[in-house]
Amino acid sequence: MPGAMSPTVASARRYGRNPYLQTLRLIRKKKWAYIFIAPDVLLFLCFIVVPVVRSFMLAFQEFRLSGNVWVGLDNFKYVLTDPVFGAAMRNTALYTVVMVPQNIIVALLLASILRHLSERTQSLFRAAYYLPGVASAVVISMVWKWIYDPNFGLFNFLLSKIGLGPYPWLTSPRTSLFSIMLMGILAAPGGFIILYLAAMKKIPRELYEVADIDGATPIRKWWNITLPLLKPTTLYLAIVSTIGSFQIFTAAYVMTQGGPGYSTTTVVYLIYNTAFRDFEFGLASAQAVILFLVIVAVSVFNFRRFSTDVQY
Amino acid sequence: MSTNGAVVRGKPGRWALRRRRATAGAVQGGPSWRPRGVAQWAGAILVMTFVTAWAVVSLVPLVWLFTTALTPSSALLRIPPDVSVRNFSLDNFKLLQERAPLLPRWFLNTVLVASAVTVFNLFFDTLAGYTFAKLQFPGRDIIFWTILCTMMIPGQVTLVPMFMIVKALHWYDSYFAILVPAMAGVFGIFLMKQYIQTLPSEIEDAARVDGCSEFGIWWRIILPLCKPGMAVLGIFVFMAEWKAFMWPLIVLKTESKFMLEQGLATLQQQFFTDYGLLMSGAAFSAVPMILVFFVFQRYLMEGWSVGGVLKG
Repeated sequence: MPGAMSPTVASARRYGRNPYLQTLRLIRKKKWAYIFIAPDVLLFLCFIVVPVVRSFMLAFQEFRLSGNVWVGLDNFKYVLTDPVFGAAMRNTALYTVVMVPQNIIVALLLASILRHLSERTQSLFRAAYYLPGVASAVVISMVWKWIYDPNFGLFNFLLSKIGLGPYPWLTSPRTSLFSIMLMGILAAPGGFIILYLAAMKKIPRELYEVADIDGATPIRKWWNITLPLLKPTTLYLAIVSTIGSFQIFTAAYVMTQGGPGYSTTTVVYLIYNTAFRDFEFGLASAQAVILFLVIVAVSVFNFRRFSTDVQY
Repeated sequence: MSTNGAVVRGKPGRWALRRRRATAGAVQGGPSWRPRGVAQWAGAILVMTFVTAWAVVSLVPLVWLFTTALTPSSALLRIPPDVSVRNFSLDNFKLLQERAPLLPRWFLNTVLVASAVTVFNLFFDTLAGYTFAKLQFPGRDIIFWTILCTMMIPGQVTLVPMFMIVKALHWYDSYFAILVPAMAGVFGIFLMKQYIQTLPSEIEDAARVDGCSEFGIWWRIILPLCKPGMAVLGIFVFMAEWKAFMWPLIVLKTESKFMLEQGLATLQQQFFTDYGLLMSGAAFSAVPMILVFFVFQRYLMEGWSVGGVLKG
């Protein structure tokens, strides 16, 4: 097209050299892009950003029907000295400290073995590991409550065959949290395994060939090549699964209602009760804010611990 | 073949290349290892037993769910429990029809709500994904990264303010409360952006020159091309919505409006040791998910692999 001007030249003609007006014009020209993302941005503003800000405000307020009253740090003082919150935090932390490393290590081991199998066998195992994960947390919790039943459950029945038990499992405060953890320990982390297998496929085979020439043993290759190169995946899984396990709620709700005593009360279960049973919205928000800060702190720790510059 | 009979030393022959290609899927990048000698065979067998045993153990809860759903409660609550194929019957399901007449309703509610959420997500996420992947506009990267960052915020932090927003909008006890906040998802936008980035831009550019509108380009050109990506997204969203428990529990109060998971938890509280009955109810939630898994297994695996790119 002869005589056609580039947009910048054209806008410079029309608006002079004012960069502000030029940007405005560019925005008008690209209005479709903004219209396309508008619904999403609006939804996230209304249902993520605004609620987060409100949550931080509510944590410093007391909820009253006549209107909220600012109470400073009172909610935090109450929550941090509340023994129930302490118990919930301990339970949740213990659960996380056991479950996250366990899931990651098991996924890493199983994936390291599976990668040496043929594609067909691999997909069979992947399916077997992933399948239990497609059932919802409610369903899985219901099944495990039944497996743990002290009188008629599968576990006590099997243990009685070898002369052990009966164990109380969920009905004793000493074993209840352990039983909830055991449920997660015995289920293979199917999604993690798939992720590790996909990451292992991307490691260039030349690295292993070079190691072969140097006479490295399989374990040595695994330790010095596979593990370091999987660090980004491990970081991702550590962060995501920590966030996930700090939010455990369904098992506590369905299996134990947080009991016996407060032995299986998790932080989110406590938040749920504080907010929607006692309607203490201020206290619940303070609990949520503390949980949020703990999650951020742990994520930063994970990031420091596992982040790496390795490129391949 | 005959012309290539002589292999030039130093270059891999055609068969070597073909063999390498054939094994590329299984052990690409991996140290290919075959057991040699008695010790290595014993080790391999041990490792395979471990891998298989774990798969079996993690499948036990599902097997237990279905066998006990099909066994009448009278046989289950016997010591020892009489679980055998001989006893299989649909008694529990008949009983369920009598005791939990709302269950089909809950099932239908869940199907409808989850489908609606999926359709909205497919629409909005693909539109935003396309915009972020292909269109240039001021502020694109900062908007995208801000949206991505909201993914790190745990849902429990926004729980109380979300409840207040829902109350204020008079969406309490209505499906709007579930549907509207879930209409777009950060993971979906990311997934679709990644997918659409891999599509060639020539067709869009041609359409633009021919005077196709921006919306038309997305609707007529991009959408048909990203069906595989949309399949991955759709399955993930549908499964997540099907399993959603806490939010419906908070915002739905009328029993006939319940979602399936919530309804099952109610049944658990009503008939808490009638395990046969409970398991037959749980089967209503588990069977559709297992079917989805077997039909769309490939897409699920793909989604997990892409999810792993989300580092940070």
